[in-house]
Amino acid sequence: MSAATTIEYRIPPQPRFRAFIHRLREGDEVAHVLTLVFAALILLLTSMLVYELWVNSRLSRTKFGWMFLWTRVWDPIFGNFGAAPFIYGTLVTAIVSLVIAVPLGLAGSIFLAELAPPKLSDSIAFLIDLLAAVPSVIYGLLGIFIVVPVMRTTLGPVLKSALGFLPLFQGRNYGVGFLTGGIVLAIMVVPFIISVSREVLLTVPSEQREAALALGSTRWESTWKVVIPWARTGIMGSIFLALARALGETMAVTMVIGNDPKISASLFAPGYTIAAVIANEFTEATGDLYLSALIELGLVLFLMTFILNGLARLLIVATERGGGHP
Amino acid sequence: MSRLRLIWRKSLNAVMLTLTGVAAFAVVSVLFLILGYLLWNGGKSLNWDFFTKLPKPVGETGGGMANAIVGSLKLLLLAAVMGLPVGLMAGVYLAEFGGKAFSFVIRYTTDLLNGVPSIVIGIFAYSLAVLPVKHFSTFAGGVALGIMVIPITVRSTEEFLRAVPTSLREGAMALGASKWRTIVTVVLPAASGGIITGMLLSLARVAGETAPLLFTAFSNRYWSPGWGQPIASLPVMIYTYAIAPYDDWHRQAWAAGLVLLALVLIANLGCRLVLNRRGAIRSV
Repeated sequence: MSAATTIEYRIPPQPRFRAFIHRLREGDEVAHVLTLVFAALILLLTSMLVYELWVNSRLSRTKFGWMFLWTRVWDPIFGNFGAAPFIYGTLVTAIVSLVIAVPLGLAGSIFLAELAPPKLSDSIAFLIDLLAAVPSVIYGLLGIFIVVPVMRTTLGPVLKSALGFLPLFQGRNYGVGFLTGGIVLAIMVVPFIISVSREVLLTVPSEQREAALALGSTRWESTWKVVIPWARTGIMGSIFLALARALGETMAVTMVIGNDPKISASLFAPGYTIAAVIANEFTEATGDLYLSALIELGLVLFLMTFILNGLARLLIVATERGGGHP
Repeated sequence: MSRLRLIWRKSLNAVMLTLTGVAAFAVVSVLFLILGYLLWNGGKSLNWDFFTKLPKPVGETGGGMANAIVGSLKLLLLAAVMGLPVGLMAGVYLAEFGGKAFSFVIRYTTDLLNGVPSIVIGIFAYSLAVLPVKHFSTFAGGVALGIMVIPITVRSTEEFLRAVPTSLREGAMALGASKWRTIVTVVLPAASGGIITGMLLSLARVAGETAPLLFTAFSNRYWSPGWGQPIASLPVMIYTYAIAPYDDWHRQAWAAGLVLLALVLIANLGCRLVLNRRGAIRSV
């Protein structure tokens, strides 16, 4: 009799216990699903972004087709819109900025990763991170009041007399233009190149350096011939990242580019970029076609940076996983 | 011959290494140049009126940007309310729940969203919050900034959650806590300092954004009560004042630039010092 009761006591009330476990699991599942919803929201937002750009540029896409990309006219009054001057301006300013920023940034990151003592390197990297945090409108402010006057009075004339035989440095120098835009952009993207490249260089195993040094190479040779080739994929990634940033940068360029939708060979000439024209004309766009042409410009800009960013991330991931070299 | 070559190699070494140092210091000096120039020009033009008065009508000197300062704060509040919860939850998902493939997709998308030019985010927010109601509003500006807050918050939250030692989680689980209970009562509090700092950093970044506000929050020369009207913000004011042809507006642009830069840099400095001391994160 007593044995039977004991057995009955030993067996826990199964269904209730199971239900309890179940509820607990359910709590986990609820939390899982809840956070998943928010994570999926990011996917949703990004796809909505593409969708809205696509839908809202429909008028312009159907009217101009692919010709939009290489038409050189931007005429809001008669409703003729072409993106060529803006694409040109965006690419030229970005290229100018890279020509300045890549050597500077690469040299800076080599110094920080290979030469500077860790403490100094960390504090400089810290300051460079701060530099990257400066709002772009501040760069624009300094661009208008420092870079433009310097360009007009000093740098422009110097370049003209030294390199004036090149078509790049001919024509009138207004102070505003492609070159000024490129210089301001260069100042803005250098911090990104330095901090990403530094991280990449720091992942190169020190055996590589030691082996090169042991074979009798100088510090510079070990850096240039061993470390840089090892890290080149990641460095390319940092440059792509900087390029994407330079393409999409709005305010600083808008303030110093001159805002003139023309294609000129001279870097002194005023120009226009995609981001700048959107910033300037979006609120004034009268008529649906005008607005949709501006949104299509936004779509073009989005695709350019989207592709570059995608490539850059892949390259950086590839290097940090230790690949990217034979 | 070989001796000449050795001299050449050594001098090349010395020259190139010096150049790298020069480059690094040149870049850093830009920061001090910016700071110095803004302090000099902004300091001269900063006065009490700047913080307490409304902008004067065109042509009159004086006045301030009280409405833009309040406007920037209101926009940041909206951005925080809309963006931070999404970033936090998605970060928790990535660190605690995510499967491999889907997490990769989310992370990749987050990085891409982070790289979308701010002016394009502006167009997006315009089509979400301005087109349907046909007028600019504080709310639309908040949407634009809120979207920009998300990616940075996600990545910093994830990184800080991952930095919490597994032993803490196991301890909580061993005491019988369920997974979500472990996360809410143990993991999140342990990482809270870092997570909040990361959020502040993301807000500091969008505080300086101009482009997405141009055609969402627009601007306003007066106070903007409620959330449904155009509103002034410091970055947009700096932009309009800097490109205007009036000296007195330039003066105020410098003052506004100084205030904005001071806010952004102090927030960054504070956050990064906290982060560095914790040693938990390299870059946000």
